[in-house]
Amino acid sequence: MAIEKVAVVGAGVMGAAIAAHVANAGIPVVLLDIVPKDAKNRNMLAEGAVATMLKTKPAPFMHKKNARLVTTGNLEDNLDLVADCDWICEAIIENTGLKQDLYKRLDDVRKEGSIVTSNTSTIPLKTLMEGMPESLQKDFAITHFFNPPRYMRLFELVGGEHTRKEALEELREFADVSLGKEVVDCYDTPGFVGNRIGIYWSSVATSSAYDLGLTVEEADAVCGKPMGIPSTGIFGLGDLTGIDLGPKVIASMLSELPASDAFSKEYDENHPMVKTIATMIEEGYTGRKGKGGFYRMNKEGGKRVKEARNLRTGEYAKAEKPQLGSVKAAKKGLRALVEAEDKGAEYAWVILSKTISYAASLVGEIADDIIAIDTAMKTGYAWKYGPFEQLDQLGNQYFIDRLEAEGQAVPEFLKKVGDRPLYKEEGKDAYYMTVDGEYAVVPIAEGAWMLADIKRGNEPVASNKGASIWDLGDGVACLEIHTKMNSIDQDVVAMLQEAGKIDKKGFKALVIGNDSDNFSVGANVGLALFAANAAMWPVIENSISEGQNALMKLKYAPFPVLAAPAGMALGGGCEIVLAAAAVQAHAESYMGLVEVGVGVIPGFGGCKELVIRAMMNKKRPGGAMPALSGVFEAISTAKVATSAAEARDMMILREGDRVTMNRKRVLADAKKRALEMVDGYAAPEPSEVNLPGATAAAAFDMAVSGFVTMGKATAYDGVVSEQVARVLTGGDTDITQPVTEKKLLELEREGFMTLIHNHKTLDRIEHMLTTGKPLRN
Amino acid sequence: MPVYNAPVKDFKFVLNDLLGLDKMTNMPGFEDATPDMIDAILEEGGKLMSEVIQPLNQVGDKEGCTWKDGEVTTPTGFKEAYDEYRGAGWMGLDADPEYGGQGLPHVIGIAFAEMMSAANMAFGMYPGLTHGAYAAIHKHGTDEQKQTWLPKMVTGDWTGTMNLTEPQCGTDLGLMRTKAVPQDDGSYKITGTKIFISAGEHDMADNIVHLVLAKIPGGPEGIKGVSLFIVPKFLLDENGDPKTRNGVECGSIEHKMGIHGNSTCVMNYDDATGWLLGDAHKGMRAMFTMMNAARLGVGIQGLSQAEVAYQNAVIYAKDRLQGRSISGVKAPDKPADPIIVHPDIRRNLLMIRAFTEGARALGLWAGLQVDMVEKHPDEDGRRAADEALSLLTPVIKAYFTDMGFELAATAMQCYGGHGYIHEWGMEQFVRDARITQIYEGANGIQALDLVGRKLPQNMGRNLRQFFHPVDAFIQENMMDPEQKEFILPLAKAFAKLQQGTALLGEKGMKNPDEAGAASTEYLRMFGLVALGFMWAQMAKIAKAKLAEGTDDPEFYKTKLVTARFFFERMIPDVSSLLVKMSAGSKTMMELDAEAF
Repeated sequence: MAIEKVAVVGAGVMGAAIAAHVANAGIPVVLLDIVPKDAKNRNMLAEGAVATMLKTKPAPFMHKKNARLVTTGNLEDNLDLVADCDWICEAIIENTGLKQDLYKRLDDVRKEGSIVTSNTSTIPLKTLMEGMPESLQKDFAITHFFNPPRYMRLFELVGGEHTRKEALEELREFADVSLGKEVVDCYDTPGFVGNRIGIYWSSVATSSAYDLGLTVEEADAVCGKPMGIPSTGIFGLGDLTGIDLGPKVIASMLSELPASDAFSKEYDENHPMVKTIATMIEEGYTGRKGKGGFYRMNKEGGKRVKEARNLRTGEYAKAEKPQLGSVKAAKKGLRALVEAEDKGAEYAWVILSKTISYAASLVGEIADDIIAIDTAMKTGYAWKYGPFEQLDQLGNQYFIDRLEAEGQAVPEFLKKVGDRPLYKEEGKDAYYMTVDGEYAVVPIAEGAWMLADIKRGNEPVASNKGASIWDLGDGVACLEIHTKMNSIDQDVVAMLQEAGKIDKKGFKALVIGNDSDNFSVGANVGLALFAANAAMWPVIENSISEGQNALMKLKYAPFPVLAAPAGMALGGGCEIVLAAAAVQAHAESYMGLVEVGVGVIPGFGGCKELVIRAMMNKKRPGGAMPALSGVFEAISTAKVATSAAEARDMMILREGDRVTMNRKRVLADAKKRALEMVDGYAAPEPSEVNLPGATAAAAFDMAVSGFVTMGKATAYDGVVSEQVARVLTGGDTDITQPVTEKKLLELEREGFMTLIHNHKTLDRIEHMLTTGKPLRN
Repeated sequence: MPVYNAPVKDFKFVLNDLLGLDKMTNMPGFEDATPDMIDAILEEGGKLMSEVIQPLNQVGDKEGCTWKDGEVTTPTGFKEAYDEYRGAGWMGLDADPEYGGQGLPHVIGIAFAEMMSAANMAFGMYPGLTHGAYAAIHKHGTDEQKQTWLPKMVTGDWTGTMNLTEPQCGTDLGLMRTKAVPQDDGSYKITGTKIFISAGEHDMADNIVHLVLAKIPGGPEGIKGVSLFIVPKFLLDENGDPKTRNGVECGSIEHKMGIHGNSTCVMNYDDATGWLLGDAHKGMRAMFTMMNAARLGVGIQGLSQAEVAYQNAVIYAKDRLQGRSISGVKAPDKPADPIIVHPDIRRNLLMIRAFTEGARALGLWAGLQVDMVEKHPDEDGRRAADEALSLLTPVIKAYFTDMGFELAATAMQCYGGHGYIHEWGMEQFVRDARITQIYEGANGIQALDLVGRKLPQNMGRNLRQFFHPVDAFIQENMMDPEQKEFILPLAKAFAKLQQGTALLGEKGMKNPDEAGAASTEYLRMFGLVALGFMWAQMAKIAKAKLAEGTDDPEFYKTKLVTARFFFERMIPDVSSLLVKMSAGSKTMMELDAEAF
């Protein structure tokens, strides 16, 4: 039975956001919570949660209209709403009794074969199911999301001894394909995988910072980027998630863990940090949601000064940028970090040695293998490397030797590993170390792979410094951009041109995609800036033409070209997407034509494509102006879609373009779609549009000067917008004359070249390159 | 005996016709710089040079300075000439009126500096260095420091120096040892040895204000811990008059190749009292603001030696009768033709002239940027001028001085054997010119500064202030058949310079040795194109003047011919320079040091 309708009970932060994310998958969802005492609006909790989420940043919904898929209600009047749901997810307070009461009520109304799960973060399934009817037990599982559910990819799945295999399969499939999650199968142990290790790690990192005499800033400088951990570090993370949460989860974990567990043994309730945290909570220093935490913003005297708490005195002083040799050494790797000679190195070693040892002792106990544990930490805690990947960086033998030298216990599993790496690649396969100390092939699921899996042990079909073309099999080629930030330079353009001829090498379709966090951030404006400063205008204009030609070739290629964006596809990156015959986008694609931010206009056919789409849109309101207005607004404000769903509103995605929720399935889906298109594929007919010309451009200019007058846009925004308007309205034309694509491209080039001659544009580019932020000049 | 006549007509052409000084009334000081005023200054100044300063050039070279017991005596006549120069108020020409200066534009000061150096480079360095020290105190001093030191420097009663170099540290000032120990009264005790201090000690002024770089103990390591101090020869009494001898003494003077009339001193500081100028440890910042002006000044010295050598070579070439023209007798009434009939003599002379007139235009244009950095009414204008000056300063310093030396030797060549004889004065120009390639940052360092610092700075923003105007000028005039003969070779050379720039941008970022290996050729290309830009503009003006009618058609016709010579015979070097710089660093970096 496929999951076609979902209910989430509990409209707290997690429950509501889980419901939102189910809606993101296009699945109707019921969101219920209790009726608060004396509530006038009996649905206030669920309704309020949805209203709040529509304003929350980062947004839980991928599109505001997804909120319409959420039916809100309360547990007293609307329990019957769960009756036709295929999956009921409980996300209420962490209290076994309350949860069990709820399960009983749900069990009465739910339909047969529906699945009930809990989003508990620490309570084992068998505890929750104690004394529950067997009919419920076979339909019950734990589905543990991480906060925020739209963005954190980890989904821990735990089945009990009575849980139906099919129920787990349905959940797995739904979470993976529909919700786009990384499903990790966990055993029914306290904290499952992510929190079991994460809470231990956080406790060690907190207390040892105190023990080793590191300041808050020093600890975060070490236990952050140098260790592949988000730059909030450990104390910054506490401020973010709420300091009051810590003692609760620790207490919950300790109550469930056996006394023999390392965490139970090592945890010292009299440690000064435990007291410090209790004091902080008492004083209201609960983190960013409170009046500050380990850090606070002091706004006295009109200036915002970031202050850090002295762990020993409790006083706050201006946060200092730590100067630790170990942090600098970490640029050479984790081993260099722990081998440096300062307290930072010592601190890093304590955290790594304890956390890795703890994780190693739990392989086979909390999950089957090291892949599950590494995946959980990477996708649930946003670590760049899981503990066993960290171990490979340190070297297992080094790790063991150092533990022994320090008289620490060496986990049995690591003894089996010896001097071998935990992961290795050989030929076309990747291997991992099983719990038995043997290598096994890392399984690659059908339809869920990354380009790295294709590249392993293979040579590219064509390659230069900026991009490569790979053989995805079945006659499909893949163009991979691999410059810094995947920016587009002349190498990338050369490879785009090469890709336009890929049929000559026997391929029948092309996918453009890569494994990076960002599809492409757009043209390498640094090169353009240097060329512009040296007045090398023909070089710049030529590079624009080359890009236009390459993308026109791809658009009119005799074979289907699929763009498979994920993450940012900005400027030129977006224009590649616009040139493709079809798009298979990751749901978390952030696309837009942002060129005006650096004072130029889209020059690789971006204006042209959006104009054509707007004018050819059968559903468009009458007249050219309303159709063009949306495009004008999007380009002249550098609007970026914050999801694939929003990109559809902006016509970056068209009807027939598809969205993949799971990052790992993007390329496979794109390849599949490409193959579907091969039979009978014909290149599109060249487009011609009738555009309104100068009078319409004047109207746009007037609107912009209104914004300039109101101070909502700068005078130079007006200058740049003028060029956008000129291209979009067809230049010197009138509505009776058809404008060709060639003409539109010419207008783009003219507009681009006019602006790149302006020193205010050059100032914008320079500012973006040096500060990473747009200059509002 | 060599002579010097200030090229007043050419100065006026550049200042009025090319730079349009009279139209820049939006900057303070410029309202006074009317063509009449400029005329008067140049005429009067030129007269002083020809009649008073230049006649001492050979005397200074022959006598040199003498050192005895820490005192330095300047050559015969120097003191009297200095008194005359100072008495007429020339010292304060472009100085701040608040401290007694006349507040005229710096660009006029540059013109004056060229005349001074051409007349007597060794002599000119005394006021030149005073001007430098004045500018540093003016920019970085406290009000009290300015009131204390500047008025007397503006009158020339006191002179100034810059003390950077030490025996173990020249280019690399991070190795500095001179130390400055803070005292309770806020002053410092300076101890150390400085060498190569021009005008460090002499008998022409009542006091000498030394600006000394030194390290405050306990400050940051290396170049980041260097501070600048004011250390006078005499400490002042309560009336501000020199009274007590400070702990600074000239240990000896150098015996050197040229500029004998200037004292090049070893200065010993022994617990000398000094005061911090600007911020502690920020001495290099204060120095850097000076450096553009000082380097521009040295570039002008290079130009001046080519100019004075040219003037004398022309006289000689017209006078010297020797053989007959290869195309037939030109002076049948004389026993032989003057050597100026020979193509190669003309080639030599025109090469110098095409350089000096182009360089004069570029140097004065740069001088105008110095004014704009200070006085331009809007922020963008000040920034643009600063960037233009930053970019062109190493070019002017190195290209002008390399050419100054080369062309002084070329002028000497016109004399045949007589050029090698001391009495004619030509070999002095060659010797004097040689130092300009070395001091104030050797020319190799200038080339590195250009490619390693000025080019990549702010993602190449400095380039904009040169490349954009040149590009715009080419675009504007490309289609004008009248300008074609100048614009086409300029456009060709400019494209090569762009190519070279792109090459540096591409290769130099990845491998600094590549940039270093290309730097000297690149700088010279830059110099040639910059002069080409000046020449194309000057040719355009000359054509326009001739078309509209002028009372001095010969001047403009000569200008056009010289422009043609530059575009035919000088700017094409850009092509071979590009080939050379494109060869890369591999070969020159290949040998081990032992193999040399």
